[in-house]
Amino acid sequence: MSKDTLPNTAEINASLSSEEKIELYRQMMRIRRFEERSLRAYQGKKIGGFLHLYIGQEAVAVGACSLMGEHDHVITAYRDHGHAIAVGMDTKPLMAELYGKSTGCSKGKGGSMHYFDPSNNYWGGHGIVGGQIPLGVGLAYGVKYQGNKGASMAFMGDGAVNQGAVHESMNLAALWDLPCVFVIENNRYSMGTSQVRSTAGPGIAERAEGYGMHWEKCFGHDVYEVRETLHKALTLAREDHKPSVVEIDTYRYRGHSVADPDKTYRTREEIDAYRKNKDPLIIFQKTLGDEGVMSDELQKEIDQAARKEADIAADFAEASPYPTPDDIQDDVYWEADNPDQRKSQGRLFFS
Amino acid sequence: MSVITYREAVRAALSEEIERDKNVVLMGEEVAQFDGAYKVSEGLLEKFGPERIVDTPITEAGFIGCGIGASMLGVRPVMELMFWSFYSVAFDQILNNAANVRYMSGGLINCPIVIRGPANGGTNVGATHSHTPENVLANHPGIKVVVPATAADAKGLLKSAIRDNDPVMYLENTILYGEKGEVPDDEDFLIPLGLADVKREGTDLTIVTYGRCVLHSLAAADQIAKEDGKSIEVVDLRSIRPLDIDTVLASVAKTHRVLIVEEQKPFASVGTQLSFMIQEESFDELDAPITRVTTIDAPAIYSPPVETEQLPNIGRVVIAARAALKA
Repeated sequence: MSKDTLPNTAEINASLSSEEKIELYRQMMRIRRFEERSLRAYQGKKIGGFLHLYIGQEAVAVGACSLMGEHDHVITAYRDHGHAIAVGMDTKPLMAELYGKSTGCSKGKGGSMHYFDPSNNYWGGHGIVGGQIPLGVGLAYGVKYQGNKGASMAFMGDGAVNQGAVHESMNLAALWDLPCVFVIENNRYSMGTSQVRSTAGPGIAERAEGYGMHWEKCFGHDVYEVRETLHKALTLAREDHKPSVVEIDTYRYRGHSVADPDKTYRTREEIDAYRKNKDPLIIFQKTLGDEGVMSDELQKEIDQAARKEADIAADFAEASPYPTPDDIQDDVYWEADNPDQRKSQGRLFFS
Repeated sequence: MSVITYREAVRAALSEEIERDKNVVLMGEEVAQFDGAYKVSEGLLEKFGPERIVDTPITEAGFIGCGIGASMLGVRPVMELMFWSFYSVAFDQILNNAANVRYMSGGLINCPIVIRGPANGGTNVGATHSHTPENVLANHPGIKVVVPATAADAKGLLKSAIRDNDPVMYLENTILYGEKGEVPDDEDFLIPLGLADVKREGTDLTIVTYGRCVLHSLAAADQIAKEDGKSIEVVDLRSIRPLDIDTVLASVAKTHRVLIVEEQKPFASVGTQLSFMIQEESFDELDAPITRVTTIDAPAIYSPPVETEQLPNIGRVVIAARAALKA
């Protein structure tokens, strides 16, 4: 992971204005506080099912999504709240979705693992490990087919890299020169199974070589480094239609989901050491302090605003109505939702 | 009107729709250079070039998923499965991603793809290549399923499927590829999904069927008319989901007897659903229990003469129809 230049001297970062740098920090903080607030809501039994928290990984989604242009697209797995906020989704419908409310971003039909926002080029939010990666390649196919200059960033965790669909996707992207960046957020554990217990070979990103694909690795606690590395991969994709694998070393502070007691497969010391030495928010706060971009007062202001935003989102979710049983069969078929344009006949539903 | 084969009808639909809409792309194994494993896409590469007719590696989960992803951006891929049997390799892509993405996004996304290819037994290719998954597919809300039996239906339904904004599973039949029929040349010849077709009128028994079993049923009905003087109505569903149950019920109200003929394994088949709906909605119209002819319940046997007997065939339909007429 050695670099020819220090990350923050890279042009993509050097060109950032102070406001843009503060915005990166603000996004990371908004994710952190949203996740903490949603955990409290879960513990208060406001949220059903699973809740996979992104705490600790914020610099990855924020760094990546800050590079998006008009024809760049993002798709990810079920740890999808961070990316949703980073692409620009409002936190109120995100929280309402967790609460299962009709004001949720998916009207309460998707839940935590299934956030979508096509208006921000965000294509989910997918529950099956690695199952979203062929779709990510398809987004890249669509961008190229439609003659646009852009790329698809297909995010996955380290637990996805042994799924067949991921390898099929990498082969297709390399074979067809598709503008797809496979972003592996390596948080070291696929649920409770460490990388060493799940994944053969010398490394994950290195597998790209088998497909003749460019690859990079970088650290995920430094938002500048994430941006620099992905900028290179995105440029390759946008300019030359060449796919890449980018493996980003990161860490989640919470269990796989909040149902994970997090006691069997890693030590408290390991978690504490990462938080102490590599917390992406603390690291970036220090960087921006050293650069003279963000004062302590501004940092506190941003933190307070993010906490308040998360509380407002929770209040919005709390006050919102649930969908009704009458809503269950909406959003299944395009035709059923657009009856005036329906061409088919016969029964679409059987209850 | 031209007399063409089922294969040519599918090809004509593909060709016309690729011509009509620049977003339509045909993708699949051997569809381009090889001219299609069953020659359905013969000549299309030459006509439309490699941007529109795309050979894929043998990677069903990968390329079907790729098509689904591209469809979310407005591309309208027609994905050819060399055999529908290979859907199992892409099950997660079809039945988690294509079927669910609209729902899970609260209606923000739609997925205008067609997945097509042959789904039938009867060619001695054994259990791995003989699946008829229309019941499995139709069990997933969000998915549409059509199974054309004739050349005209093949063309009209495929054109409608390609123009449809929902994911449509289109199940062909290798044994039907060479069957000829009259097909309209009109480039806007469309048959709506969810519209059954009474292929033969009759008064004494309704056979509800679809796919290749339509041909068996028509032949059986002719034989019984000639030998027994009984009049059988044959209702071709054409589309499994959406389902035109009204045409079925209208026929039941006329004949009061129902035989279902399907190339499905019996457990939780399309016929199972049909008979449930008929008894629920037309119980008083029935003069006898609903009966059916299905594939005999085992994996597809290889042995050529025995496979013929495992599947519905004219002889088995005649026996079942006579029993139903007497019941």
